Amino acid sequence: MLERLERQIPKFVLAPSFAAILVFVYGFIVWTGWVSLTKSKLMPRYEIEGITQYQRLFASPRWDTALENLFVFGGLFIVLSMLLGLLLAILLDQKIRTEGVLRTIYLYPMALSLIVTGTAWRWFLNPGLGIEATVRKWGFEDFTFDWLVNPDMAIYTIVIAAVWQASGFVMALFLAGLRSVEDEIIRAAQVDGIPLWRIYVSIIIPSMAPVFLSAFIVLAHLAIKSFDLVIALTGGGPGYATDLPATYMYSMAFSRGNIGQAASSAMVMMAVIFAIVVPYLYSELRSRNDAR
Amino acid sequence: MQGDLASTASTQITRLALRWLLYLLLVLFALYYLAPLFVMVTTSLKSLEEIKTGSLVSLPREVTFDAWGTAWSAACSGIKCEGLKPYFWNSIVMAVPAVLISTFLGAINGYVIAQWRFRGANLIFSLMLFGCFIPFQVVLLPMARLLGLMGLAGSIPGLIFVHVVYGLGFTTLFFRNYYVSISPELIRAAKIDGAGFFRIFWSVFLPLSVPIIVVTIIWQFTQIWNDFLFGVSFSQAGTQPITVALNNIVNSTTGVKEYNVDMAAAIIAALPTLIVYVVAGKYFIRGLTAGSVKG
Repeated sequence: MLERLERQIPKFVLAPSFAAILVFVYGFIVWTGWVSLTKSKLMPRYEIEGITQYQRLFASPRWDTALENLFVFGGLFIVLSMLLGLLLAILLDQKIRTEGVLRTIYLYPMALSLIVTGTAWRWFLNPGLGIEATVRKWGFEDFTFDWLVNPDMAIYTIVIAAVWQASGFVMALFLAGLRSVEDEIIRAAQVDGIPLWRIYVSIIIPSMAPVFLSAFIVLAHLAIKSFDLVIALTGGGPGYATDLPATYMYSMAFSRGNIGQAASSAMVMMAVIFAIVVPYLYSELRSRNDAR
Repeated sequence: MQGDLASTASTQITRLALRWLLYLLLVLFALYYLAPLFVMVTTSLKSLEEIKTGSLVSLPREVTFDAWGTAWSAACSGIKCEGLKPYFWNSIVMAVPAVLISTFLGAINGYVIAQWRFRGANLIFSLMLFGCFIPFQVVLLPMARLLGLMGLAGSIPGLIFVHVVYGLGFTTLFFRNYYVSISPELIRAAKIDGAGFFRIFWSVFLPLSVPIIVVTIIWQFTQIWNDFLFGVSFSQAGTQPITVALNNIVNSTTGVKEYNVDMAAAIIAALPTLIVYVVAGKYFIRGLTAGSVKG
C-alpha cells in the first residue's frame, strides 16, 4: 500500500505545474479564442457571435499598418541579424587571441531590457540633439537623419535598434555551430588546396542548416512578440506609423477598452507564431525520440 | 628558386595584411556595439546645458552626477516625483521570489520528467514546451480578469504569480535537459540504499545541479527584471517594476526634457542584468543557447 503510494509521488509532484500550464496557457488560449468570437467591448461577453471581430480587424487600416510593419520589420530584422551574426561568427572563428573579450562586447546588448535599448536609441536618433545634430555640427549642414519622426521611415529605426540588440546573440549561436563542424573535414579541404572562403561557402555554412533554422525561429519569435522596443522608441508613432500587432493588441485591451478586437488580434498573432514554431518543435521532438 | 622565395614573401605580406584587416573589422564592430553604452554614460554625466551645446560623442567637459541623483530619487513620472528608487525595490521584491520559486519548481519537474518517467510524461513535457512559445498577448486578458478575481490585481504578488507560471516551461526545460543525461543507475543505486523520491532529489541530484541552477537563475532573473509587458499590464501606480517606471519617466511630458536624467535612469535600470552578465557571462550565454535550441 505504502509502496504503491510512493510510486505515485512523481505524478503528484508534477501535477500542480502541469495543471497550471493547462489552465493558464491552454485554458486561457481557449478563453481568448472564445471571446474573439463574441461582441465583447469593455467587458467580456460569452455569446458566440461569429467571425465579425476578425472581419472588423482585417478591415481596420490600423491593423493593416501593423501587419505590414510586422513583415517589413520582421523581414529586415531577421535577415540583417543573421547576416551580421554570421559575419561576426566567421571573423571570430579565425583563431582570434582576444576572442573572449570581443564576444562579451558583441553580446552584452542581449542582457539589456528592450525598454533601455529603446530609451537609448530614441536619444541618439532624435533629430534635434542626436546623430543628425552632431553630424551637422561637424560641418555637414545638410545632413538629415529624421527617421524617428518621419512616418515613412520610423519603422526602420526599430530595425536598427533591434539588430543592434540581437545580432550578437545570433553570432553566439553561429559561433557554436561553426565550432561543431568536424575539424578533419576542414583540414582535408585545406590539404587539397581549396581556398578558405570556398571552404566556408561550400562546406561549413551548408552543414550549419539546423543552426540557421533555430536562429530563424528565435528571431521570428522575437519579431512577432516585439512590443517593448516599439513602446520605448516610438510609442507606435508618429501616428500609427510603427504599430505592430503586439502594440495594437495592447492598446485595444488596455486603452481603447475593446476586448473583442484585442482577443482577435492576439489570436492572429498566435496563429502566426504557431505556423512557424509548431512544425519546428514537432520535428525536433520527433528526431529526439528517434535518437533515443 | 628565387621566384619561389619572392612568392612566399608576398603571400606572407598578404596574410599579414589580411590579419590586420581582420582585427580592424573586429574592433570596428566592437565600437559599434559599445558606442551606445558610451554615449549613454557620457550623456548621463553632462549638464543639460552642455548636452544642448555639445555633440553626442564628446566627453563631458565637466563631470556631474546630478542627473544620477535626480534619476534615482527625484525624476518625475506622471504626478509623482520620487525617481526610480521605489521601483527598483519593486523589481527586486518581484524578481527574487519569482526567480527562486520558478527555479525550484523547474528543478523538481525536470527531475520527474527526466528520471521518473511514466506514461504520458513525454506528452506533458511537449505541452509545457509549446507553452514557452505562445505570444503572451494571448493570455493577457484572461489573466487580468483572474488576478482581479483573486484580489491580486495591480499587486506585486500578482506579478510574482504571473512570472512563476509563465517561467515554468523554460525552467522545467533547462533542468529536464540537464538531468536526462544522468544515468538511471544513480537512482537505482540510491533506491537500494533505501532513499526515497525526495531524499534522492535533495541529496543526490541537487548537489549535481549547481551549473544548471546558476544558468536557470540567471535566465529567469534577466527575463523577469527586463520584462515590460506583464509589468505594464498587471501593475498600478506604486507597484510598477523598474522597466515600466523608466518608460514613464522618459515619456513624462511635464517640464523640460532632461536627456541626462533619462540616460542615467536607463543605466540604473540596466545595471543589475549588466552586472550579472559581466560576472557570469558564460552561464548567461548557456541559458540563451539552451533557450533557443530547445528539446
